[in-house]
Amino acid sequence: MRNQIIAKAAAVAMTALVPGIAFAGGPVDEELVIDGEIQMITRAAPPEGHPLDEVLSGWLYRTEETRLLETDTFENPGMLEVQDGADLWNTVDGSAGKSCASCHGDAEESMAGVGASFPKWDEASNRPINVELQINKCRTEEMGAEAYKFDAPEQKALTAYVKHQSLGTPVAIDLAEGHMQSWWEKGNELYYTRTGQLNLSCASCHEQNNGNYIRADHLSQGNVNGFPTYRLKQASLVSLHNRFRGCIRDTRAEFPAAFSDELMALEVYVTWRGTGLSVETPAVRQ
Amino acid sequence: MDNIKPRVKVPKSASAGEIITIKTLINHPMESGLRKGKDGNLIPRQIINKFTCEFNGKPVFSCELEPAISANPYIEFSAKVNEAGTFKFSWLDDDGSVYETENKIAIK
Repeated sequence: MRNQIIAKAAAVAMTALVPGIAFAGGPVDEELVIDGEIQMITRAAPPEGHPLDEVLSGWLYRTEETRLLETDTFENPGMLEVQDGADLWNTVDGSAGKSCASCHGDAEESMAGVGASFPKWDEASNRPINVELQINKCRTEEMGAEAYKFDAPEQKALTAYVKHQSLGTPVAIDLAEGHMQSWWEKGNELYYTRTGQLNLSCASCHEQNNGNYIRADHLSQGNVNGFPTYRLKQASLVSLHNRFRGCIRDTRAEFPAAFSDELMALEVYVTWRGTGLSVETPAVRQ
Repeated sequence: MDNIKPRVKVPKSASAGEIITIKTLINHPMESGLRKGKDGNLIPRQIINKFTCEFNGKPVFSCELEPAISANPYIEFSAKVNEAGTFKFSWLDDDGSVYETENKIAIK
């Protein structure tokens, strides 16, 4: 509690000291239109039980230069890797002699809107499944190929390519499937659990302080509708579980493995928190 | 280097005398030569050091790129189009590779 008060006081002091500089905080009042055609939803009414009044895309918290990069699919540097994903979609791999396209055909048709509904319930493994794991499942069970290792360039590119086919579609996951509700509850609990030497929970930054600065970084609501996201810092696509781990590491805690039960529960819960926002993959962030 | 794919956006047609905007993007690591690898040794410099654009064989735009330019360089410039023809773009790599692409433009 004391930390929060200090952080808020610091933010107030900063804005008071440098009036007129446009980094006072808070999301901008702008509309995101991609290629002058696709109207994106960056502000949505929250689903029932959501703690915030309005669900906001992280795009609204970025600087003008960063925001503009996302408005043009040509300038968006993440599209280079999406293009690699398109090549992988059509590349035969594994002992069955199949590519993604052998079963799913043209991704622009077969994958349209699909990314917006992940994570889904997977009956066979009795846990939620995200796009990365679904790709690995197809590879091992249908193609006779090896599963991609976490954050392999191919995994990020193909995941981004699949999710990009839902560009503009509002995020909507089905919590009524299987045991999704209990994973949501587990994710909810993790979201509010303070961890690490800094004793921060996800909510400390993204719920209680979104719009404020944590040192030089402008805190967003932490919605995940743009993942895999192109981060200028890494100059490449960053996967959701990489970002989760990065955040947890920054609280100086030990971080769970990618696709572990903890992070899958968190993915279910945090994806739900962004319900109604357009899929922005590949979003461009700082 | 392998797997380098230049991308270019040029209008398909323009009126005679029109000034058009050309956008180019190429995936390239632009390794500055100043970073150290895991073994502690410097990673050798490898950047795109020159970009040129020609229209029907005549130079339109060119620039030299330096190590401070970030990965995946994006270059945007304008050109006046008086006749139909072909834009030829080339990127010159430190290792001697040349990546090229062409775009045709018609007159309305």
